[in-house]
Amino acid sequence: MTVNQISIFLENKYGKLSEILAMLAEEKIRIIAATVADTSEYGILRIIVSEPQKAYKILKSNNVSANLTDVLAIVTNSCAGSFAQTLSSFTKAGLSIEYMYCFSINGKSILILRTNNREAAREVIRRNSLEYICESDLVKL
Amino acid sequence: MNKHNITGKAMEYWQKDIETLNREGLNKLQLERLKKTIELAGNSPFYSKIFKENGITTNSIQSLDDLQKIPFTTKDDLRNNYPFGMAAIPIKDCVRIHSSSGTTGNPTVVLHSARDLEQWANQVARCMYMVGIRDTDVFQNTSGYGMFTGGLGFQYGAEKLGCLTVPAAAGNTKRQIKFIQDFGTTCLHIIPSYATRLAEVMYEMGIDPRRDTKLHTFCIGAEPHSEEQRQRIEQLMGIKAYNCFGMSEMNGPGVAFECTEQNGLHIWEDNVIVEIIDPLTLQPVKEGEVGELVLTTINREAMPLFRYRTRDLTCVLPGECPCGRTHKRLSRFKGRSDDMIILKGVNLFPIQIEKILMQFKELGSNYLITIETVGNNDEMLIEVELSDLFTDDYSVLQRLTKEITRQLKDELLLTPHLKLVAKGSLPTQDGKAVRVKDLRKLS
Repeated sequence: MTVNQISIFLENKYGKLSEILAMLAEEKIRIIAATVADTSEYGILRIIVSEPQKAYKILKSNNVSANLTDVLAIVTNSCAGSFAQTLSSFTKAGLSIEYMYCFSINGKSILILRTNNREAAREVIRRNSLEYICESDLVKL
Repeated sequence: MNKHNITGKAMEYWQKDIETLNREGLNKLQLERLKKTIELAGNSPFYSKIFKENGITTNSIQSLDDLQKIPFTTKDDLRNNYPFGMAAIPIKDCVRIHSSSGTTGNPTVVLHSARDLEQWANQVARCMYMVGIRDTDVFQNTSGYGMFTGGLGFQYGAEKLGCLTVPAAAGNTKRQIKFIQDFGTTCLHIIPSYATRLAEVMYEMGIDPRRDTKLHTFCIGAEPHSEEQRQRIEQLMGIKAYNCFGMSEMNGPGVAFECTEQNGLHIWEDNVIVEIIDPLTLQPVKEGEVGELVLTTINREAMPLFRYRTRDLTCVLPGECPCGRTHKRLSRFKGRSDDMIILKGVNLFPIQIEKILMQFKELGSNYLITIETVGNNDEMLIEVELSDLFTDDYSVLQRLTKEITRQLKDELLLTPHLKLVAKGSLPTQDGKAVRVKDLRKLS
């Protein structure tokens, strides 16, 4: 139901992003999805990778400020309205979305999201029988 | 000496005649000793040259004011004359050498004769006696031993006083606590940050130092600290903590020490002559104003130093001390003349900023203060490293930035620009953190 996302503190400095991606590339970590949000002074790089624990260790050993977070990974399809329908189940349950991004792989659309209440969000997924992926699915993607 | 009078009453002195000598008497003693020291220093390769260049002889010193005819001595002079260029007696008559903890280039070394060591031990014993430590006490020294003067300096002083002295040295907290309990330790010499750590570990172990130990007096020093920090240590430990000041160039611990009034550090004027100067103009400051402490040794033979610029900023407190001692009192040290920042008419010290940053567990211990001119304005930028990324939420980082800025503003009376940076990204020089960068153009 949830996967580990790695958040990395990025300074707004030339070459910083490449430097971090290179560390992961060298250890054959596959990046499945990535998003960068930034302010004028720093950004947070959020990534979903093939082996989160291993990637986290690599970053730590390189003295990178990083954090592992549980995020929901919900599978939708590309039909009109499916995205809207998925989100509305959370809204109806009174949950707010803190951030969200999505990616497509092997014909599936996967929605990564973080809500303000993790337990309630799990309950929404169960009740609405939403399709999801787990940590163990990541290597296979 | 009223060494065995342990009634606990005030007005007890290790050397009453010296400690309560009136100003006239002190001046007379100082002039006598200054002349003797000048004669002796003529034997040192460094000072014989200085004296020749400036036409200094014992005859040119007729009053204490004449001291100003002698140029200042700096840390660089000590480095340039490493190791023995400052010695005023043959090396074979020296019995000990200490050095500073300097990390760049040559360390500064200080040589001691047997008489110097005896004199130093007496001075430390005088300080300890002043804060109520007696020969019935068990004194544990948690300072590093070796070249650092805080170890042997206190060891000899405590033994001279007659304490059962525990050279526990630095580190190994559990063992320190075991000694404190098993030996019935009553007094500690400890750096302030470690005192807080020691208290934490004790409480974690279920030991309440106020109830479960015999501790009553701490000598704290070797790093700058605030009055708040002292009070915190006192409360946590249930003890009295006294600020001690020393530097290896002036022997080490015992140069100046608080009395039980806890209001200023008495500096022993039978051993040093005190000047407070403006570090920019090098002129004496007005009475009571803050400036750089400059010291002249007048009771040391192996390596006399004249007008040594300590770089420590302090002022002389006005008035007489209720304890009866006549030796001048220095205020709590306000920083160093080499890292003072003057911004928008405000005098600031990095330690003020550090004090606030260190309260946030989200932050690491590395920071960099940059002062630069933007347009017509001088601005302060503080970059501080995160200890780790503890959140993946921007708003949390933004709230943190805001809160730190607010606290800094309250302390500094101006608003710095605070920037969080990644761990390990700030520069270091030879492994030592760079704290201040002043990029202002001074026209």
